[in-house]
Amino acid sequence: MLKPFELCEPTTVAEASGLLARYGEEARIYAGGTELILAMKMGLLHYDHLVNIKGIAGLGGVRFDAGANALRIGGAATHREIERSPAVRERFPAIAEMETHVANVRVREAGTIGGNLCFAEPHADPGTLFQVYDAQVTLEKAGGKRALPLEKLFVGSFEVALEGDEVLSEVTIPALPPRMAAAYLKFGILERPSVGVAVAVGLNGGGVSDARIAVGCVGPVPRRMREAEAMLVGKSLAEAEALLPTAGETAGRASQAVSDLHGSAEYKEHIVKVLIGRAFRAAAQQLA
Amino acid sequence: MAVTTVDGRASQTVQVRMTLNGEARTFAVPPHETLLDLIRERAGLTGTKKSCDVQVCGVCTVLLDGRPVSACTTLAFEARDRTVQTIEGVADGDRLHPVQEAFIEHGGFQCGFCTPGMILATLALLKENPRPTADQVKHYMRGNICRCTGYKRILDSILAAAEAMAGGK
Repeated sequence: MLKPFELCEPTTVAEASGLLARYGEEARIYAGGTELILAMKMGLLHYDHLVNIKGIAGLGGVRFDAGANALRIGGAATHREIERSPAVRERFPAIAEMETHVANVRVREAGTIGGNLCFAEPHADPGTLFQVYDAQVTLEKAGGKRALPLEKLFVGSFEVALEGDEVLSEVTIPALPPRMAAAYLKFGILERPSVGVAVAVGLNGGGVSDARIAVGCVGPVPRRMREAEAMLVGKSLAEAEALLPTAGETAGRASQAVSDLHGSAEYKEHIVKVLIGRAFRAAAQQLA
Repeated sequence: MAVTTVDGRASQTVQVRMTLNGEARTFAVPPHETLLDLIRERAGLTGTKKSCDVQVCGVCTVLLDGRPVSACTTLAFEARDRTVQTIEGVADGDRLHPVQEAFIEHGGFQCGFCTPGMILATLALLKENPRPTADQVKHYMRGNICRCTGYKRILDSILAAAEAMAGGK
């Protein structure tokens, strides 16, 4: 049973920002509510003021910015909007595929990408895959806005580098360079994913020109696995494929896997290794 | 929005005008009330069920502007100026909807507890994708859980409904 709260309905980011600044820790942004309302219902969180940002024009939408060669997703865009966007399906198929499999259709209809990223529940999908595109987020408040690499947004489990009065207004996802493809694989039998692995591979003249690996769900934050990436870049495709188990082990160890109901740390590290191998091959195959 | 005082504490209510199963209705609700409680307690429509209460099981599925949402985790004021459809609004008087007929004909329910949610999710699916493949049905319906049937007959019912509706019956 939800405890009462005051509903605030700003029409501009500046107004929202002002409300957040005014109420401090007693207020939180409310969009789809698929994480927040759940946590409040279970008594894990309470806020006296919810700032409904769905009435702010310009925070929704999904579009491809040809000039910037990047996808621009409004913070209040829902998973379903992303999943069904022709621009995403055509130009960022790995993202469309990942979004299609987020939670269930009802969560996807209500839940927003900004909410997903800012709630920073470790067992989530988008934050992992977006990192292999070197995605950025725009954080806006009354005074202005700043851009932040998505990698830097995640500070800890349920903790993001968002100032108290900031709103995540946009996620910007650059298109992968030519001759590069991405794949996202996840694993789990519980409601939320237990392991999520994203790999983007660039192939040029039979060699791996670029390899980007991100692992999420197993540790407190989704992160790029740069040590594992470095093992594969510059190798021939055959050499890289032979190195996948070792790269996978390296990534598993770096992923800060925790033992919990989703599995032991060792188990998760093993799944990370397996999925990195599969995701690499799935990405490379798109370039064949 | 009105703010009144109850026991010295400010108490906010939101005027929610909606179209509920085709009928214009207005409710005055506090912001923290869920759509599920509005539907079951205020509107007295108990076909929509409360079970897991954490948006996982699907028995509270209602259609908000034609799109499936978990009423247990949707705040009631979100229905303002929108259409809400519950299971009570699916049949046309005594005439069952083809989806309902298909569920009966193909044994798509046993205890019936999950069935309202299944039917509403099916309506939303078939509106978006009138001829889904079995895999597409399974994917879309993934969030609606059934303890009785083992799902096969639900799948059969949905595919049969799609065929019946596409055939213009």
